[in-house]
Amino acid sequence: MSAGGEVRGKVIGVNGNMVSVQTDGNIVMNEVGYIVSGDKRLKSEVIRIRGNVVQLQVFELTRGIGVGDEVEFTGEMLAVELGPGLLGQIFDGLQNPLAKFAQKAGFFLERGIYIDALSREQKWHFKPLVGIGDKVTAGDYLGFVPEGLFEHKVMVPFRIHDDLTVSRVVPEGSYSIEETIVETRSSQGKAIPLTMLFEWPVKRAIDVYEEKLKPVEPLVSKVRLMDTFFPVAKGGTYCIPGPFGAGKTVLQQITSRHAEVDVVIIAACGERAGEVVETIKEFPELADPKTGRSLMERTIIVCNTSSMPVASREASVYTAVTLGEYYRQMGLDVLLLADSTSRWAQAMREMSGRLEEIPGEEAFPAYLESNIASFYERAGIVRLKNGDVGSVTIGGTVSPAGGNFEEPVTQATLKVVGAFHGLSRERSDARKYPAIHPTESWSKYRGIMPTEHVEYAHEILVHSGEIESMMKVVGEEGTSLQDYIVFQKGEFLDAVYFQQNSFDPVDAAVAPDRQIWVFGLIIEILASKLDLEDKGNVRRWFYQLRQKFLDYNGAEWNSNEFRRLETEIRAIVQSKKLGIDPKSPAILSRH
Amino acid sequence: MSKVYSRIESIAGNVIVVRADGVRYGDLAQVSTSFGVSLAEVIKLDEDLVSLQVFAGSRGISTGDEVRFLGKSMQVSYSQSLLGRVFNGSGEPRDRGPTLSENLISVGGPSFNPTRRIIPRNMVRTGIPMIDLFNTLVESQKLPIFSVSGEPYNEVLARIALQAEVDLIILGGMGLKHDDYLFFRDSLDEGGALSRSILFVHTASDPVVEGLMVPDISLAVAENFALDGKRVLVLLTDMTNFADAMKEIAITQEQVPSNRGYPGDLYSQLASRYEKAIDIEGLGSITILAVTTMPGDDVTHPVPDNTGYITEGQFYLRNGKIEPFGSLSRLKQQANDRTRKDHRALADGMIKLYAAYKDTLEKQSMGFQMTNWDEKLLRYGELFEDKMMDLSVNIPLEEALDNGWKILADCFEKEETGFRSNLIEEFWPRV
Ligand SMILES: Nc1ncnc2c1ncn2[C@@H]1O[C@H](COP(=O)(O)OP(=O)(O)O)[C@@H](O)[C@H]1O
Ligand SMILES: [Mg+2]
Repeated sequence: MSAGGEVRGKVIGVNGNMVSVQTDGNIVMNEVGYIVSGDKRLKSEVIRIRGNVVQLQVFELTRGIGVGDEVEFTGEMLAVELGPGLLGQIFDGLQNPLAKFAQKAGFFLERGIYIDALSREQKWHFKPLVGIGDKVTAGDYLGFVPEGLFEHKVMVPFRIHDDLTVSRVVPEGSYSIEETIVETRSSQGKAIPLTMLFEWPVKRAIDVYEEKLKPVEPLVSKVRLMDTFFPVAKGGTYCIPGPFGAGKTVLQQITSRHAEVDVVIIAACGERAGEVVETIKEFPELADPKTGRSLMERTIIVCNTSSMPVASREASVYTAVTLGEYYRQMGLDVLLLADSTSRWAQAMREMSGRLEEIPGEEAFPAYLESNIASFYERAGIVRLKNGDVGSVTIGGTVSPAGGNFEEPVTQATLKVVGAFHGLSRERSDARKYPAIHPTESWSKYRGIMPTEHVEYAHEILVHSGEIESMMKVVGEEGTSLQDYIVFQKGEFLDAVYFQQNSFDPVDAAVAPDRQIWVFGLIIEILASKLDLEDKGNVRRWFYQLRQKFLDYNGAEWNSNEFRRLETEIRAIVQSKKLGIDPKSPAILSRH
Repeated sequence: MSKVYSRIESIAGNVIVVRADGVRYGDLAQVSTSFGVSLAEVIKLDEDLVSLQVFAGSRGISTGDEVRFLGKSMQVSYSQSLLGRVFNGSGEPRDRGPTLSENLISVGGPSFNPTRRIIPRNMVRTGIPMIDLFNTLVESQKLPIFSVSGEPYNEVLARIALQAEVDLIILGGMGLKHDDYLFFRDSLDEGGALSRSILFVHTASDPVVEGLMVPDISLAVAENFALDGKRVLVLLTDMTNFADAMKEIAITQEQVPSNRGYPGDLYSQLASRYEKAIDIEGLGSITILAVTTMPGDDVTHPVPDNTGYITEGQFYLRNGKIEPFGSLSRLKQQANDRTRKDHRALADGMIKLYAAYKDTLEKQSMGFQMTNWDEKLLRYGELFEDKMMDLSVNIPLEEALDNGWKILADCFEKEETGFRSNLIEEFWPRV
């Protein structure tokens, strides 16, 4: 490692946000350097070293930098601060707290201003968990402080792999994050004081756990299509590719509100600032139904939107996942939502172009695929050293050029994720939200619903789709009554179960209990043999049923209204029911 | 500090290279040629080799021509005197008025801190049902019109501009046909809006590169007016020309193209302009309406495609109508819950039925028998196109909503419409 702050260099070239620097010192790959330009120090990261010329990507606009400008290298890789006080904050891609930034700089993100991510003044009530003589190492709990809803565990910095011996512990009380709370000695006898604050380089995964487990427990999103048909597991990964306007962002916004997890990290990566503002302004006002506390208390926003510098956009997803891994070490379930991973990939492409690397498909760099893979690889459910379990689930949107999934980012992502929620332009054009394609999407995880129910519904759906295609060839007149009924069943399932009105206070989030109950009723309807004569009647009957069901979806769970509508729905079905499809699962009796 | 260099090392495309010291990235220079003086901007530094993009193009430049560095980046004058004036793409007067040099401001400044943004909520009324009812325009929205050339997009732009309640209109024209420039000027004049308008116009006959500065200049001026409490509407037409100028420079620079010759940073470049749209709490706002012509009517072409990912929706103009499919206002839900209770549901429900109508049309064209339901849909589609989509319709939102229910009641039974019962009870027309 180079001696921190000693190595210097001089700018010899500028090309967009890439600056070439000549230096005689030792340089660490990915270390941070500051370009001194006028009265500003501009943060940058070393991305290539060739002899005594290094290339830096600058995390700021490069306007005004000139040949000969001084560069100071830090010897430290790009890192984030870890400690209590992260929750509820809004950071940029480099972990600058944006609210404080505004206090200092006003309306605009002026260059060269860097602010501590965590407050140095705030006091936290620390309760020790270790005593003198205890041996501790990376990730071990020294104590905890209350942070919002959680006991925030104060840990031994993840970089310390030595066995430290505790030599002094402060008494329970209020401390700021830079105060020493535990004094230790290394195996060599060196004094190592520990505080609540430490750093971790964002591009390295935090791995101070015992083992990675298989993701099996469903992560409840309260979106019916996800939970029932294409579930996500805690510690798993999924992606949402879709053309613009298909509903990627809204789907993530809904998930960020309603998902049953402890901590949500929103990485607004290279997309619209306005969309983050909705979250920033609304979350503090919204209550988490589980805890009654403000949603903001369980949320961290890493926000590097499209007009913010591209290099910090590239860093932002790493910043976000590192914060997620940190809370996972406390035994919490974390959900990271990245919107959009394509903008991150494009940031890599822009840099690669400036480095004049040999381009791959659509000019993306050759390492695109491995970078995507190793990013998603940072998700996972882990058993910690104390036996507790924590998880990081990653859901990333993908914005394929031209809406065509046969492009490098979508393809590389599909290779590594556990679930695919593909959004369809046809469905969003027809205002069928969420526009997750019901037959092309898939998931490798188990959900909250009995598999045979899901499979049965899926079969009807596929069959209905086939009949619909046939009808386009032979017309309605060439379709049998039985087939027409199956077709209408598929349409009904789509209208009342797949489609979900995210702007309706009740329909927007459907808890598992209700999903299971309502899906049971739907299966009964799908499995019913119906006494309907002609196609006009079939259509009318299903439309009448649909109407009732939409009202039912809008009624509060288990309210009188809900029961009344259910009784009416059952009566409509009963009036035309001849019997049960023998192929239907034998589990219907539960209702 | 203005150093003069009189040796140009190389000329390629619209980029020249000189050897110079003390030059900063983004600085401006003046290139004096036998055809006059042009501005140029530093786009690359490599030791003492400085690459400049010449706004007037490199045609006719001699290796012996003079390059004078100005020691500053692009700036534009900001004051009330801009009102009613017409400038070119470098910010020089295009009318007979004086050159303005007071109160210079930088263009292409840093972005707005997201935490200081507010959620936009004010509907911009246009009188066009396809906008007001189905794709509500909201103050501070950034929204392009996607269309092929030949469609009346500039007319739609001018119509919205004149109907919208804003304090100030800024027109940024890139590669604008001279006729279109005159059309805008005359429409603004006839509408009595010229005295509160500022025009930055680069026409098709001007050097291509000169159009590159138009969005930045327009938006820098808009930003300052917004900070001074003004509601500003910025019209940018045509952003495809802007993107093509960038493509030209990138190719000259031998950058690896990402898609059909466009540079890999096309998305970031477009975004840094569009993201200037803003509503500033207690102060003014910037709304951006742009035109993006689609080469070959192809929405997957890199320019409309990247634009769609950046803007807050888009209006598709096709055959003189705003298409229901593909057209989208992403901010509509911020405003359409405060207009009238049925607004949101009607906007979605009527489009769903229009989608069903399109399916029926397809069936019909294949010669299938039309069922009773198909007949209903056919009637519905016709009425919808007539009363909602036709651009000659100019009515307030409330009237458009009432018309919507009338159309539904004319064509369908209540439960065929897929609306919740409470809305039907309240709004279904009584006979
Ligand atoms: N679940 C939904 N319910 C209702 N409207 C939706 C839904 N999803 C998307 N929309 C509509 O579509 C628009 C675009 O959605 P968005 O998520 O921003 O698309 P994307 O991120 O894929 O470009 C939204 O502004 C909204 O009007
Ligand atoms: Mg989006």
